[in-house]
Amino acid sequence: MSLKIENATVIYPGTDGRPPTEALQQINLSMDDGDFVVSIGASGCGKSTLLNLIAGFLAPSDGRIILDGSAVEGPGADRSVVFQKHALLPWLNVRNNIEFGLMLQGNAKEERSKVADHYIKLLGLSGFEDSPVYDLSGGMQQRVGIARALTCDPKLLLMDEPLGALDALTREKAQELILQLWHDTGKSVFFITHSVEEALFMGTRLVVMSPRPGRITHEFELPFSKQFLEGTSARSVKASPEFIEIREEVLAIIFADEEAV
Amino acid sequence: MSVTSNENGKKEQSASGSLISRLARERPTRPGETYGVPGSGDTLLLSLATIAVLLFVWWLITAMGWVKPLFVPSPQSIVTKFISIWQDGFTGSSLWLHILISAGRVFSAFLLACAIGIPLGLAMGMSPLIRGIFDPPIEFYRPIPPLAYLPLMIIWFGIGETSKVLLIFLSVFAPVALGARAGVRSAAIEQIHAAYSFGATRWQVLRHVILPAAMPEIITAMRIGIGFGWTTLVAAEMVAATKGIGYMVLTASQFLQTAVVIMGIVVIAGIAYLFDLLMRLIERKVVPWKGKM
Repeated sequence: MSLKIENATVIYPGTDGRPPTEALQQINLSMDDGDFVVSIGASGCGKSTLLNLIAGFLAPSDGRIILDGSAVEGPGADRSVVFQKHALLPWLNVRNNIEFGLMLQGNAKEERSKVADHYIKLLGLSGFEDSPVYDLSGGMQQRVGIARALTCDPKLLLMDEPLGALDALTREKAQELILQLWHDTGKSVFFITHSVEEALFMGTRLVVMSPRPGRITHEFELPFSKQFLEGTSARSVKASPEFIEIREEVLAIIFADEEAV
Repeated sequence: MSVTSNENGKKEQSASGSLISRLARERPTRPGETYGVPGSGDTLLLSLATIAVLLFVWWLITAMGWVKPLFVPSPQSIVTKFISIWQDGFTGSSLWLHILISAGRVFSAFLLACAIGIPLGLAMGMSPLIRGIFDPPIEFYRPIPPLAYLPLMIIWFGIGETSKVLLIFLSVFAPVALGARAGVRSAAIEQIHAAYSFGATRWQVLRHVILPAAMPEIITAMRIGIGFGWTTLVAAEMVAATKGIGYMVLTASQFLQTAVVIMGIVVIAGIAYLFDLLMRLIERKVVPWKGKM
């Protein structure tokens, strides 16, 4: 997988006489196989717009998004999205939610259950296959969403604040689970979060964005997820002086942006 | 607080749930009962009490002879009338036949309205073109009382079944179509995006996301629609009908048979209520997830 975003600009036309807003200005970003790129920034910095561009839900006003050599023209099964919430289908049970993508692609019933069984087990959802999704806890619902996204074997996983609606403890567990999945499946991930700690812990690269107009202002290479996957406990990683130092640096950038409103 | 009032408090708690104890209770026994969501609580007992009081007042004013039976016949006379019509029929047809004929008119109009209104409403929600075309006529005729365009129905379609069913159809159609149209907006953008990101076609998104997400609104619209259908029944049966509950009520009113009028009203209300119960049951079966996500 290789993703190249070249000079992507998104301008939303102004409504009710207001001037048009430049949601993204001249974004350049590239991702290689196995990258875990995290995007963070003050609200209105365009990180969700950027994810929508990559997903193909939105076309750039200018510039290009190139995935494996060809321009992204719209959404496709090579990129799956995990949303913060509201994305599961409450009229389907857990199994049918997980099989949803496979069903849309016309896979046979047996093939679907085989793949679904694998991800049900992988995400610890065994025993809940027949439950309605609205009876699950937030953490489990999110695992269903992740399982669903993985079933179609995407090259790139797009995660739009997937853990934003979870409580703090569940969230830390889910972070570890996602890192483990990322490591085991070798997928590339583009991940959006509001939490600096989460961003630093999860990513191999951090992209800090600033609002008005939305643009990338800083990039960091991060060693922390590797430390975790090599056996250091999540809390010790997050409590290391190195981690805290970079955390404060990123926080200072974001706070400065928030105050500049 | 005195000892006696404490004892009273205990008694109230042991009988908790009964109406009297709840009305008499000084302070909440469960957290949140006073400072919770306004309007929560069970109303069954109170509703039953209201019905009982209304029946009693009705019985009282007739039994005391305060109002002439021509204006308000006694509850007993309604029951007697019901039994006699049940046994002997009304204007040569059994009560069952009247009910079946009316129900047939309402349900055939209802089914027709659903068969056309739901797909059209969905199409209106999905496509600005179709919405643009159908919005003006529907919005134009929707607020008009069916009685106002009844003469047109007769002029255009005669005095047969067609104009009766069509009149009811029109009253059901608008709420069903508009409900289905509004239902299209029920799907969250995340659900739609999720489907597209798996490579879904527009048709698949409609079939597997928009339509199921719209089901709660569609069922609610159907419940509202059938209600309009029953309200239009009597108007429809003004057109040269010889059978039907609406016809029965209209004929009885011409002969000042007030007891039959009231009985007919109660029968219509009863059928409509039973059907609504059925719809609620269907709602729980079809969309158990309603309001849960």
